Amino acid sequence: MIWVIGGCLVIGAFLMFLTGVGLVRMPDIFTRMHAATKSASLGVALLLLAAAFFFQETMVVTKAVVTIVFIFLTAPVAASLLGRAAYARRTPLWEHSVLDEGRDHIAVRAEARPDQVERISQDR
Amino acid sequence: MYAAINLILTLVWSGLLGGITLSNLVSGFAVSYFLLWLVTRGQRGHDGYFGKLPRVLGFIGYYLWELVKSNAIIAYDVLTPTHHMKPGVIGIPIEAKTDLEITALANLITMTPGTLSLDISPDRKTLYVHAMYIHDPEELRREIKENFEPRVLALLR
Repeated sequence: MIWVIGGCLVIGAFLMFLTGVGLVRMPDIFTRMHAATKSASLGVALLLLAAAFFFQETMVVTKAVVTIVFIFLTAPVAASLLGRAAYARRTPLWEHSVLDEGRDHIAVRAEARPDQVERISQDR
Repeated sequence: MYAAINLILTLVWSGLLGGITLSNLVSGFAVSYFLLWLVTRGQRGHDGYFGKLPRVLGFIGYYLWELVKSNAIIAYDVLTPTHHMKPGVIGIPIEAKTDLEITALANLITMTPGTLSLDISPDRKTLYVHAMYIHDPEELRREIKENFEPRVLALLR
């Protein structure tokens, strides 16, 4: 059991470390959102799991499980919204990006609701 | 209906074992689930409740495997000096119709490393996804369309 707990802690901490390095090293906001969401939530989940395995009390285990569920429910929503806002403001993709199929769709949206897009771009 | 009976039996089991603790609840749920499955085989609505479990378990397994696999790829990319990624925005035609289905699909796509759902087209037929590794756009589209989406929809429908 001690090895399971230790493994969860080490891998979880390593994933959090990767998140930090990824945030610094990734070239544009979209790839940064990739680094910030997934490995971070998996890392937190593993740390909480280690706590649950260590204490093995009903209160701790249920709290840990519920927290993991909430993190996995809310983290992707936040990431999607940040990415969506950046994309709607036409934040440039990384120069080596290979594909941008949504550009026309953003243009269509700008035509449909010019007031919205204009308000956004005025803030810039 | 089945879910309600299952819950009641779980509570009864916990009460008989002398207290609502986590292990009592879990074992009670497992036992009553199995007994209900045994007793109600062939009845109406049986598959609706009991057919879900293998699908949920199968999906969790598939999802965890994808999670670990792509975390390893991204870890490699973050830690080595050169970037191997080929990011881009890709439009994926989706079958999901209702708000719940689209939200669940978009969330799960975001939680799978390598893909981040950005926006949905006004006609709600295309989901725009930012992907880290687009080696072949058609291949990626097919992977999500034929492998990922049917599994998500099977859980909800």
